[in-house]
Parts: sequence; structure tokens; C-alpha cells
Amino acid sequence: MSNNIKELEHPSEHVEHHVMPVRTYVLVWLALMIGTVSTYLIAEYVDMGSGNIIVALIIAFTKMSLVVYFFMHVKFNDSLTRLFVAGGFFWLLILIVITLADYQSRGWLPMNSPWHK
Amino acid sequence: MADVAIERPGHVAHQFDDAEQQVSSATLGMWVFLLTEIMFFGGLFGAYTIYRSLYPGAFASTSHYMDPYLGATNTAVLICSSLTMAMAVRSAQIGKQKALIWFLIFTMIFGVAFLGIKGIEYHQHWVDHKVPGFGFEYNEEPNYFHNAQILFCFYFFMTGFHALHMVVGLILMTTLLVMAVRGRFGPAYFTPVEIGGLYWHFVDIVWIFLFPLLYLIGHTHVK
Repeated sequence: MSNNIKELEHPSEHVEHHVMPVRTYVLVWLALMIGTVSTYLIAEYVDMGSGNIIVALIIAFTKMSLVVYFFMHVKFNDSLTRLFVAGGFFWLLILIVITLADYQSRGWLPMNSPWHK
Repeated sequence: MADVAIERPGHVAHQFDDAEQQVSSATLGMWVFLLTEIMFFGGLFGAYTIYRSLYPGAFASTSHYMDPYLGATNTAVLICSSLTMAMAVRSAQIGKQKALIWFLIFTMIFGVAFLGIKGIEYHQHWVDHKVPGFGFEYNEEPNYFHNAQILFCFYFFMTGFHALHMVVGLILMTTLLVMAVRGRFGPAYFTPVEIGGLYWHFVDIVWIFLFPLLYLIGHTHVK
């Protein structure tokens, strides 16, 4: 009751807080530690050839997603902030993918123009 | 006329409708800044990827001079600091002043420990003559003399900029600590802790990628 009155008196003071349980934070921390140890052990003792870097990056992206979603509270952000976050990572994807596409495809086509001779 | 002003708590600046809008704006603004940081480090990661695809042998060879044990330890240290940072924000949310102060202090201790370990690694590279431009030597595999320097350049630039961000993070933490000791934060207002935390977690994420990409290439293959 007294809470309701207080809210009526100070409506703008009431902000919806999303307090995550300690348990969630500790579980995320545990997952991140397991990810770190497994990255290290796989790189040291498991030989998958070029598969190693793929596994390492999958673990790194998983760890990043955990940090962004739980520690950085994107779970609770409004949709505009989420759109910005997603847009930023999409832009990074453009940067890496198109640059690599250029470098990887160099020499695929014969270069007969005069300035390539 | 006056009653409109009375309803506004002191921490809400006059351009915002209410505290919630102010928090949303601060969060969005911090994320926009972090996106510029993502593009900054993204450029370095992109350049790294290109040169690694051009000189895979040299990169795998030089990676043996990074200590993966220290790298993994530093990753764990940063992850622990992220946990204490998240707990600091949570303490501010529920109004636990002492817990907030202690979690900020723990976060700073982890941050300093990270920089200390990084310093040990840098010193070892210096002793090993593995700093490009300062008497660089690569007698082990002379064919890689030039290309090995490219990876070491990436290593020092990427970890160096990351360490710089850690120093900035520690300055931010000091500021937050002073504000927390003065009792500036509570359940109604903790935005600086929240967006300071966003920055700290971002720096952690950069390291999550730097660790496998710099320390762990070619440890089992391309020997």
C-alpha cells in the first residue's frame, strides 16, 4: 500500500529494474571458464588440422554471446538498442567477409588488361 | 506549473521525460560508442585474417613464442573481472552500497593482475628479441624473418590497444569507485555503473578473440 502511494507521488522515479539472480551470473561465469579451458586444451592436444581454428572461433563466439546477452544485459534492452547491436555486428561481418572475398578470389580470373602485364 | 518539476527526481536531466528514457538513452549511446570500438578492432582482426591466410606457416611458427598458459590465465582473470563487474552492477541495482564498492575493487584487482601478466609477457618478448624494429631476431627459422615480424606487429598492436583499453577501464573504475564511496548510486540511479560495466565487458570480449587467434595458432598442426 505504502509502495503504491510512493509510486503515485513519484511516478518518474519508478524504473523497471531487471535484477538477474546471482545464480545466473555464476552459471555464465562457469560456462565462460569451461569455454576458456576447452579452447586451451583443444588447441594443445587435439589435432583437427584447419578444423582447430573453426572450433576455437565457435567457442569464442559462444563466449561473446553469453557476455553480451547476460553480462551486458542485452536480454533486457529495448528493441532499438538490440537493433543497434545487431546492426553493428552485421557491419563487422560486411567488413570481414567482403574483404576476405576479395583476397581469396584474387587470381581466379585471368587478368589480360594492360596494367596487369 | 511547479508540480511538474517537483515530480522529477534530481538525477533526471531536463531533456528527458523520465528516468527510464534517460537510462535507455545512456545505454543506446554507450552501445553506439562500443560499435565504433567493434569497427576499430574489427579492422585489426580483418587485417590479421588476411595476413594469416597469406603467410600461414610464418604465423604458426611465431605463435610458439606466445605463452598459451599465460594467455589462458589472463583470459580467466578477465572473465572473473567480468563476473565481479556484473555483480557490482547488480549490487547497485538492489542498493547494496558496500557490496558495490567491494565488487568494484575486485574488478580493479583483476584488471591490474591482467596488466601485470601482460607486462611479464612483453618483457619476455623483449628479452627474446621478438619486438619488431628493436633488434628483431628470428634465427630459429631465418626464412620467416620478415613474415614473422608481421605477426609480432599484429600481436603488439592488438594486445597493446587492448591493454590501453584496460587502462582506460581502470580509470573509469576508479571514478566509479569514488562516486560509489560518496554514495552517489542506488536503485534509483546507477547508470554510470551500468555503462561502465558495458565498456568493461566489451574489453573482455576483445580478449576472448585475441587469445585463440594470437596464442593458439599452429600448436598442434603446421609444425
